[in-house]
Amino acid sequence: MSGFPSSSHPTSSLPVHVIAPAGGVLPVRLSEIWEYRELVYFLVWREIKIRYKQTALGAAWAVLQPLLAMTVFTLFFGRLAGLPSDGLPYSVFTFCALLPWQLFAFALTESSNSVVANQRLITKVYFPRLILPLAGVCVGIADFAFTFVLLLAMLAYYGLTPGWAMLTVPLWTVLALATALGVGIWFSAINVRYRDVRYTLPFLTQIWLIATPVAYSSSIVPEAWRPVVALNPMVGVVDGFRWALLGTASFPGPTVLVSSLAVLVLLVSGLFYFRSVERTFADIV
Amino acid sequence: MTVAILADRLGKRYRLGGRESYGALRDSLSRFARNPLNAFRPKGEDRDGWVDALAAVSFEIRHGEILGVIGRNGSGKSTLLKILSRVTEPTSGRAETHGRVGSLLEVGTGFHPELTGRENVFVNGAILGMRRAEIGAKFDEIVAFSGIERFIDTPVKHYSSGMQMRLGFAVAAHLEPDILLVDEVLAVGDVAFQRQCLGKMKDVSTQGRTVLLVSHQLNQIRRLCTKAIWLDGGRVRAEGDVGETLRQYEAAVLDGSETLLSGQCFRGWEVAGGDHTVRTPDGPVTIRVHVVVGQDIVAGHLGVSVYDDEDRVMAGWAFEPVSFRAGARTLSVTVPMLPLRPANYRLRFTLFDRGSNLTGGRLVESWPAVPLLALSVPPLSHPQDEYAGILNVPATLSGDDQVAPIDAMHDRPPEAVVGRRP
Repeated sequence: MSGFPSSSHPTSSLPVHVIAPAGGVLPVRLSEIWEYRELVYFLVWREIKIRYKQTALGAAWAVLQPLLAMTVFTLFFGRLAGLPSDGLPYSVFTFCALLPWQLFAFALTESSNSVVANQRLITKVYFPRLILPLAGVCVGIADFAFTFVLLLAMLAYYGLTPGWAMLTVPLWTVLALATALGVGIWFSAINVRYRDVRYTLPFLTQIWLIATPVAYSSSIVPEAWRPVVALNPMVGVVDGFRWALLGTASFPGPTVLVSSLAVLVLLVSGLFYFRSVERTFADIV
Repeated sequence: MTVAILADRLGKRYRLGGRESYGALRDSLSRFARNPLNAFRPKGEDRDGWVDALAAVSFEIRHGEILGVIGRNGSGKSTLLKILSRVTEPTSGRAETHGRVGSLLEVGTGFHPELTGRENVFVNGAILGMRRAEIGAKFDEIVAFSGIERFIDTPVKHYSSGMQMRLGFAVAAHLEPDILLVDEVLAVGDVAFQRQCLGKMKDVSTQGRTVLLVSHQLNQIRRLCTKAIWLDGGRVRAEGDVGETLRQYEAAVLDGSETLLSGQCFRGWEVAGGDHTVRTPDGPVTIRVHVVVGQDIVAGHLGVSVYDDEDRVMAGWAFEPVSFRAGARTLSVTVPMLPLRPANYRLRFTLFDRGSNLTGGRLVESWPAVPLLALSVPPLSHPQDEYAGILNVPATLSGDDQVAPIDAMHDRPPEAVVGRRP
């Protein structure tokens, strides 16, 4: 009996679940996801462990990848194409944007594939399915932390000292993750029914990278077009990062506002779409 | 006693014709391009049929009861389990569960081969719905139950499947839910471990908790359950006292009215002992199969093969010419031993009349037999699956006088290290 209190309690205290076919628009139960937070923690923990166990380079790869990208960008876009970098060294200018970009791209891939990748779990155990894309988004945070240290070192090397604006970095990080989650929720659910969707993902990521001011500066976009461009939430993220760490220009207020709204629309629509199809996951996957 | 599970006309309807499965967006788009109006047609008008995996199933289980669910493959047992564990939703009816529900549709769900046993215990526990603190508090107990203390920090990929099974079950056994839903997961493993698992399930019910057990092993149901429910084609065919329900079920199997459990002419099988379990690794093993044929079999062919869970043929035998008169017959196949690794296997019986598949004989029936054949024998080969192979045979090692104890610390002859190390 010890360690099992509920059997000695009166039955009225037992949790009652009603199982019935659901109809109409389903509520998104955030409280239930909160109840399952430890599962999110363990799924993320599992993925990170595996990630660093299976790769020979381990954490080094996480750092190497953006460094290589930075080198290539600096060489081709900075030196050869001569893209402006708001008066800063091009390498640190682009690295500062590559960081949130890689976090986003990785989170997007992980969360988009999360439901199909965990089909064994889905057909055997109940838990709120939203946990899967959510956990997928969080896996990249470890990599991000490593590279962020590197970025700080680079800033120090170039003698750039970020001001108090640096405190907003978590905010931009969350915005990047929310963007990945918004799209990832959509993709992870569509992926269950249409397996060819995943092949479009690398292509989408490529186009998205070009549409985001990673290799170039937002300042080359004509003023009138900026609100439209900001519909891509990663524009807000990258501008936010550069503002926080490099102190470029003034606070990108309008851009951030438009980007945040775009993320909100993505997230909310994604949540409801996901909820409406998740009950068929176990039957289809 | 109060109600633990209340099911009220539960139903689950699937669309036939594979609509309920994944496909390619490309195909859907081209379908749409060819006939855009189709997309607006109400789904109900679809010409494809529907199939009721479960139809109006109602029952009630009280706290402390152990309910056994029996029925042939495809009778809706697994669907019922999946609905109650909330893996899938019913399409009609409703059910109520009172208390924390733990479902054990598979042992070791979410185990990752690269992670150690310790790491997997935590992940698996969390997946089954345990809190981190709870797993931490019970960790030592779980490891002790599994009996693999020495390997707990070894990656699970080096475990044998038996060891993984033990660890997975040990975690699940400590879940301590109010209601435990169990699919046929206990049939594997050596006799001692099986007994340990069954004992744990008995404990669970004496503590006032409820168990719902799905099994093909009628003996298991008889030993464990207080009530039974027999599903047939998604409907409840009988329910109530376990002895009475099983009697009806067995009678139906024998007189052939439970035809779908059996094949058309193959009506059932058993190991000579009376159940479906082989318990000695060194045989002999006699498998009896019951057939009912409408006309005489003349110079026919009987094939018997054994498949593992990945449908690989482990062994097979053919008998020719086989002749017998029409009617209900029992054929016995005896092998001197069945030296396969402890696991569940599927038998397939195939009967031809007037020849075989090679000589143009008429196929009477090829029957993938239920229930599964359980080999509950001590493992005798290499403890790690990747080196053990499929055979389960003992071995000894000896050498010339140069192969001798090097010092007094090791003055014992080498012995075979086998599957289940202490």
